[in-house]
Amino acid sequence: MNTISYLEASTLALRQEMERDPLVWALGEDLGRGGVFGQYGDLQRRFGPARICDTPISESTIMGAAVGAAMMGTRPVVEMRFSDFALCAVDELVNQAAKARFMFGGQAKVPLVARLPIGMWRSSAAQHSQSLESWWTHIPGLVVVAPSTPADNHALLRAAIRCDDPVVYHEHKDLWGLKGEVDERAEPARLGEARILRPGNDVTVVTWSKTVHVALEAAALAGSPSLEVIDLRTLWPWDRATVFGSAQRTGRLLVAHEAVRVGGFGGEIAAEAAEQLGVKVRRLGAPRIPIAYAKPMEDQARITAAAIAAAARLLLG
Amino acid sequence: MTQRPNLRDLERLKRHFHIMHRIRAFEEEAERANRDGRVGGAVHLSIGQEAVAAGVCSNLRREDPIVSNHRGHGHTIAKGAEPRAMMAELMGRAAGTCGGKGGSMHIADFKVGMLGANGVVAAGIPIAVGAAQALRLRGADAVVACFFGDGAVNRGPFLEGLNWARIYDLPVLFVCEDNGFASTTRTKSVTGGPGPGPRAESLGIPAHEVDGNDVARIDELAGELVARLRNGKGPQFLWAKTYRLKGHTAADPARYREAAEVEARWQDDPIARLRALLIELGVAAGELDALARAARGEIEDAVAFAQSAPFAPAEAAFGDVQDVGAPQP
Ligand SMILES: Cc1ncc(C[n+]2csc(CCOP(=O)(O)OP(=O)(O)O)c2C)c(N)n1
Repeated sequence: MNTISYLEASTLALRQEMERDPLVWALGEDLGRGGVFGQYGDLQRRFGPARICDTPISESTIMGAAVGAAMMGTRPVVEMRFSDFALCAVDELVNQAAKARFMFGGQAKVPLVARLPIGMWRSSAAQHSQSLESWWTHIPGLVVVAPSTPADNHALLRAAIRCDDPVVYHEHKDLWGLKGEVDERAEPARLGEARILRPGNDVTVVTWSKTVHVALEAAALAGSPSLEVIDLRTLWPWDRATVFGSAQRTGRLLVAHEAVRVGGFGGEIAAEAAEQLGVKVRRLGAPRIPIAYAKPMEDQARITAAAIAAAARLLLG
Repeated sequence: MTQRPNLRDLERLKRHFHIMHRIRAFEEEAERANRDGRVGGAVHLSIGQEAVAAGVCSNLRREDPIVSNHRGHGHTIAKGAEPRAMMAELMGRAAGTCGGKGGSMHIADFKVGMLGANGVVAAGIPIAVGAAQALRLRGADAVVACFFGDGAVNRGPFLEGLNWARIYDLPVLFVCEDNGFASTTRTKSVTGGPGPGPRAESLGIPAHEVDGNDVARIDELAGELVARLRNGKGPQFLWAKTYRLKGHTAADPARYREAAEVEARWQDDPIARLRALLIELGVAAGELDALARAARGEIEDAVAFAQSAPFAPAEAAFGDVQDVGAPQP
């Protein structure tokens, strides 16, 4: 066990997978200098410029080339820098990567990992702060992952790289510096498994990415109901068994996420739980406003521990 | 002017004649089947453009992939796909190249190196450069050919993909089939500057203009360019000027152009031109008629096969989506 950061955990994961499989490679802007956040570390020095490939600012072709390269049997890791910029590569991700296997009747798979860092971070305003994970959950063919801890960023990134499906991999920019214990020799995670981080009796709180930490904070607030906090980890496929098991026990389900509440993935989980189990549900997400620059306005889009505790209390009625 | 080929080239020209007839017959059958409902969706015919597919693909090995666009039947046939499996795909049958999931616009046949038609204009260009990059990473010495239309040069992936091929010196032959139209619009009326070739040149990729209805010349030029790719000379751009003799789709009456214009272009039909050349070179008309009949017969056989082939079970709609989180029927 080593205590390393969420960022270092991703570098380690990629290095291990590149050592293990010569067909794993990464492409994106500035990767040779470690990438915009430094998450590629010294990997180019280790593996050379063909496998840690510095690209022009050409998001469509970064993603599209990865589709072609994946169909030809390699495993590209696509760096999009900020999830916001992946919107310049939506055709390549949605119409090409997600559908090629199906359209071509299974003649090829598209084993790529698209890293799309999400979330509010250092007053980055409306075009560098979004959490658009629900978009990709809507697309048949894609797997969607959002780790919340260093250990998970290690284990889930390795699993994503080994996965034969295209995986949209959302790291949270505000978690890069988060430290935690990582076992270098741990097996890759199983995609689609949630984890109960804190047991509780009153309300099941399903969440992911940075909001996991906010929910844990909420559970520790004085006067908060007893919260069972579940880190979903993988959004598609999501772990019904764990979520439903918990919601059945508590009878109440709250889904909390940093993304805009309207059309957010919380709606899907809440609806499924209401339909299948008949439990009481609530959703907590950002208001439907672009994210502002100035702190007081930016905070309007932030999900706080107090808000989670208050929403849980409303469920208790 | 068409050059005089030597004898070895004569056999090659006859093969082109056969393949171009095969494409023509396939397109005519697809057109008929689309009109009477046996083939659904939008069907983009390459009638009049057969020389480009035949001339380019005859210079590729099986392991050299091609990436195509929405008008991809000709490329697929020229790359060596079985007409039976292709027609079955157009008719949505289980025996189709994609099991009936793709249809005309997503036809693909990976076993002959045909990595897919594409329903999104210019989307094949990034895929082609990525395929070339993967082949290099795997140590293969294959080259990639990427077909697209003159309309594609106005989309961003054209700029991005060509630049990409240049900076990494990838062995990609970009083939711009300039048929004068992008859907119902004359491409020139919506394209700034001197056109596709100079755009490629501006990105450092040598561009070569060619009469797209002269299969002998296309074959020769593509041969030179593919040799350059194999010698590590980096990407090449082939600008083939041709004409789309039919509408944008089989359902398009193409009223946006004069009948006289189309009539004049039929005088430049690449198949008729090749036939005239072969006759001039001393090949007997009877031999050519036999080749044309054989090609037609192969396609008629493909239609008969496809029509009697079963559809995949409906539950197949749930297959080939994804491994992790696959949908349950
Ligand atoms: C991104 C995108 N925009 C528009 C279309 C609709 N569309 C299909 S084919 C076509 C014309 C393409 O022209 P060109 O690339 O020259 O090929 P051609 O049809 O002439 O063979 C258009 C506009 C599309 N398929 N994809």
